[in-house]
Amino acid sequence: MNLNRVFYGALGLAGAVAMGAGLQSAGGPGLAFGFCAYLILGGAAVCIWERSIVRSAFSLMATFLGVAGLFVLLGSDFLAMAQILIYVGGILALLLFGVMLSPPDNEERSLARVGAATVLVGAGVAFVAAQVAGGVAGWVMADTLPAEDSHARAIGLAFLDPKQYVVAFELAAYLLTVALVAAVYIARRRRVDYEPLPASAGGQD
Amino acid sequence: MEHHLTALDWKLLLAVPAIPLAAFVVQIFFGRRLPRGGDWLPTAGMFVVMCITVRMLFVALGAAGHGPFFHESVNEGGPVFEWFYQSAEKAPSLNLVAGVLYDGLGAAMLAVVGVVSFFVHLFSMGYMKGDRRYHIFFANISLFTFAMLGLVLSDNLLFLFIFWELMGLMSYLLIGHFSHDPDSPRIKQAAAACKKAFLTTRVGDTCLLFGMAIFYYNFRTFQFSEMWRLGAEAVAANGGEYPAWMTVAGLFVFGGTMGKSAQFPLHIWLPDAMEGPTPVSAMIHAATMVAAGVFLLGRTFPLMSPDVLQFVTVVGSVTALFAATIGCTVNDIKGVLAYSTISQLGFMVAAIGTAGAAVGTVGIGLVAGLFHMVTHAFFKACLFLSAGSVIHGCHHEQDMRKMGGLRKKMPLTFAAMLICTLAIAGTPLFSGFYSKDKIIASAWEAVMGHGGWVGPFALICLALAAMLTTFYMFRLIFMTFFGKPKDQHIHDHAHESPAPMVVSLLALATLGLFGGKMWAMDGDVLGEHTWFESLVWHVDHETGETEQFLYPGIDLSQMNIASAAEARAHDPEHTAHIGHEAHTRALIVSLGVLLLGVLGAALMYLKRLIDPARVTAKFGRFYTTVANKYYVDEVVDATLIRGTMSLSRTQKWIDENIVDGLVLLMGRIHKALGFVGAWIDKHIVDGLVNLMASVIQTTGSVVRLLQTGRIQQYVSFAVAGGILLAAFHILS
Amino acid sequence: MGLGAYVGVSAALFALGLICIISRRNILYVLFGVEMVMNAAMINFAAFNHFNGGGLEGRVFVVFLIILAAAESAIALAIVLNVFHLMKTVKPSEADFLRE
Repeated sequence: MNLNRVFYGALGLAGAVAMGAGLQSAGGPGLAFGFCAYLILGGAAVCIWERSIVRSAFSLMATFLGVAGLFVLLGSDFLAMAQILIYVGGILALLLFGVMLSPPDNEERSLARVGAATVLVGAGVAFVAAQVAGGVAGWVMADTLPAEDSHARAIGLAFLDPKQYVVAFELAAYLLTVALVAAVYIARRRRVDYEPLPASAGGQD
Repeated sequence: MEHHLTALDWKLLLAVPAIPLAAFVVQIFFGRRLPRGGDWLPTAGMFVVMCITVRMLFVALGAAGHGPFFHESVNEGGPVFEWFYQSAEKAPSLNLVAGVLYDGLGAAMLAVVGVVSFFVHLFSMGYMKGDRRYHIFFANISLFTFAMLGLVLSDNLLFLFIFWELMGLMSYLLIGHFSHDPDSPRIKQAAAACKKAFLTTRVGDTCLLFGMAIFYYNFRTFQFSEMWRLGAEAVAANGGEYPAWMTVAGLFVFGGTMGKSAQFPLHIWLPDAMEGPTPVSAMIHAATMVAAGVFLLGRTFPLMSPDVLQFVTVVGSVTALFAATIGCTVNDIKGVLAYSTISQLGFMVAAIGTAGAAVGTVGIGLVAGLFHMVTHAFFKACLFLSAGSVIHGCHHEQDMRKMGGLRKKMPLTFAAMLICTLAIAGTPLFSGFYSKDKIIASAWEAVMGHGGWVGPFALICLALAAMLTTFYMFRLIFMTFFGKPKDQHIHDHAHESPAPMVVSLLALATLGLFGGKMWAMDGDVLGEHTWFESLVWHVDHETGETEQFLYPGIDLSQMNIASAAEARAHDPEHTAHIGHEAHTRALIVSLGVLLLGVLGAALMYLKRLIDPARVTAKFGRFYTTVANKYYVDEVVDATLIRGTMSLSRTQKWIDENIVDGLVLLMGRIHKALGFVGAWIDKHIVDGLVNLMASVIQTTGSVVRLLQTGRIQQYVSFAVAGGILLAAFHILS
Repeated sequence: MGLGAYVGVSAALFALGLICIISRRNILYVLFGVEMVMNAAMINFAAFNHFNGGGLEGRVFVVFLIILAAAESAIALAIVLNVFHLMKTVKPSEADFLRE
């Protein structure tokens, strides 16, 4: 039995279920929501499941896109755009560079580990989430998207308004600058190659 | 006519014991530094004492002719010593006022002690020459004399006892004189002898103390005159019979006499005491210390019930005969004299005992025993000193079997010894005759009166003892001074003793000759009016009435059942007749045993007609028993000595194992507890601490496992923790 | 769709992100997981923002989150490359320098 086939089969099934459920409960928006949720969770699952790191990276792209879609559904187009631009265009590219520069390592996926982690984390998070969701179950959103202008302008104004978030914005910019410089510095090419450290050299550091 | 002692008389009487005491103190501290070791000081002191005592004796003789002579310093304003004196209201029973008692008996005894002691001092100046502890010897005999003089002068029983004990100590020191001399060949025997003397007399002393306690409990006083009075009252209150407790107390007091005066079975110390120097033997064992027991009997006579006196008679008679038999087998010259002393003491004691069963208001035995004490002092002291002279002349040879034919070499010693041997044998006109004759007469009176079986028993024993006395004394004379010399070497070197010794011998021999009666100058051949008797009683020979001076105010007849009954049953004339009769029979017996004894000794040892060895063989086993002193010492050793030793060994075992064992056990328990505590501390307390440390260490090493350095695990822990927190928060 | 659905999705993504972090033997998967977690947070913020009547605060914060994620991933990648140089391996379990 090919485990991969089982997995993907289950995944496809889950997608169908999700979208159907969404359609059922809330009509069009519901379908959209189901689809986006499917993208997110499916991408994440594939990322975990896949043996090849490149494929994992690309499935992550699906996740990001799904998140962008959710942003749209939550009435913030600016956030969706920002998400796609930065995450998919920037961070994902960065990760792919990392993948490229790292030595190849077709590691053995330990299903036992994954299973154990799933059980542990899944149980815990599910429990907590259920509580939270139960608490907020009554919150129902309006079916219609808000009829307002793109809020990009409002966000931009907020960023630059001395009474609002200008300081934070400036600091964020500063942070980015520092991060860039730092990254460059940390990853600079060194004249002399290091001695390869022995594995598990814990020592008495 | 009442006689009073002047203040000077009392002072002189006090000086009598004080002088030897002072001499002792000086000798002890300064004796070594004085010239000649200071022997002249005590001797001169004793000369003064002798003069005083003889003078006082003449005072007493002068007064006694006119009436009773009895003086107590407490009653006559003389010197007193208030000891424990409380006022009459507070505690009258604790009062003890001690004074001086000077009566006829005391006068005689004082003079005897003074004279004998002086001559012994004089003799010692010659005999003890060259002794290593010469000055100590003189100090000791001075102190001893002090004790004896004090004893005679005491007017109460407690002080008598104090001096009695002091004499015991001095006899220990004097007998053991040579035990302190490392060069002496008989140092061990001397040490054993003085110990034996002290311990044996101690037995007697303890009995005496019991008796004193019983008397004090009932009378609450120790004063002699008071005790006699109270005793008479007690007898009268008891219907003329002696109360049982008085009999018991009297027996205990006689126990003291048995110890000090060497009665059977406490006689065992006296032969061994010959280890002491001869002057010591002369003074202590002839004249003074052993006489103290008889003197005690004299002082306490009114308190003795007839039962006690019967016991006294038996003991005395047995002692006399017993010792006399042993004396026949002894070959050591001093040993013969030692057993002779024991035998003569038995005579004295038996005599006093027979006074309890005598006819008449006062038994003659009391006076006879006390008189014999006086005459015995003279001739026995002389005999011992003569023996010392012989020993000295033969260069310290004491075995008679090695002597012989010494009368030409030591004529003066021979003369003295012969005189005193005649005296002890009871030859008429010599001093011993008068006293011994009265003793036999007293025994006859007991036989003719109501003496029961005791009278004849005493008579037979005493008569036999008298014969044996004559026999062994003449045996001594013949073996030592007559015949061919057994050891030529000793005979060649024998010589007469130096002047101080010979003078003493002759002086005492003279007293042994005339001490009883001055050769019957007044025609009184039978000795019915001796100087001693005039001091102690007055006898009317026509009426048989006697008046005694020893115990003023006490009617002895009331206390003497036999005598009272006799006095009431018979008329006084009959009593006087019995007295005469007894005297006559006694005279026949005395002369008879004297002749038999001399004849026997002469045949065996002088003329060699009877071979002593064949006689010995004839007696066979009996002879061996007697020669071994009836094995008394062995019996005492096997029973008492070993018994006491094993008892003390048992005590020692108990002390070492049980008592010390308990202590050790305590110690061990504590130690064990300590160990337990230590174990607890080490394992439990430290264990807890170590346990905590190891728990922490284990926890740490376990927790350290979490620090893998693997970030993924860190993340998972963080997640788990976070979920737990959230869950906790939600659920609570 | 109710807020509950969005929170559910967010939680699920969060869980999947954690699983990715702790259960893969490649350092880069840790970075993937971190991004997933960040996105889950962003979903949450946006959802709550939307269901509380709109407003800017939530959205602004999401923007900040995005900025943060970018900065963080840049530096993380630099660090990871350094580690690769040192150890010549990508296994995070080998990099246990923090171990005692």
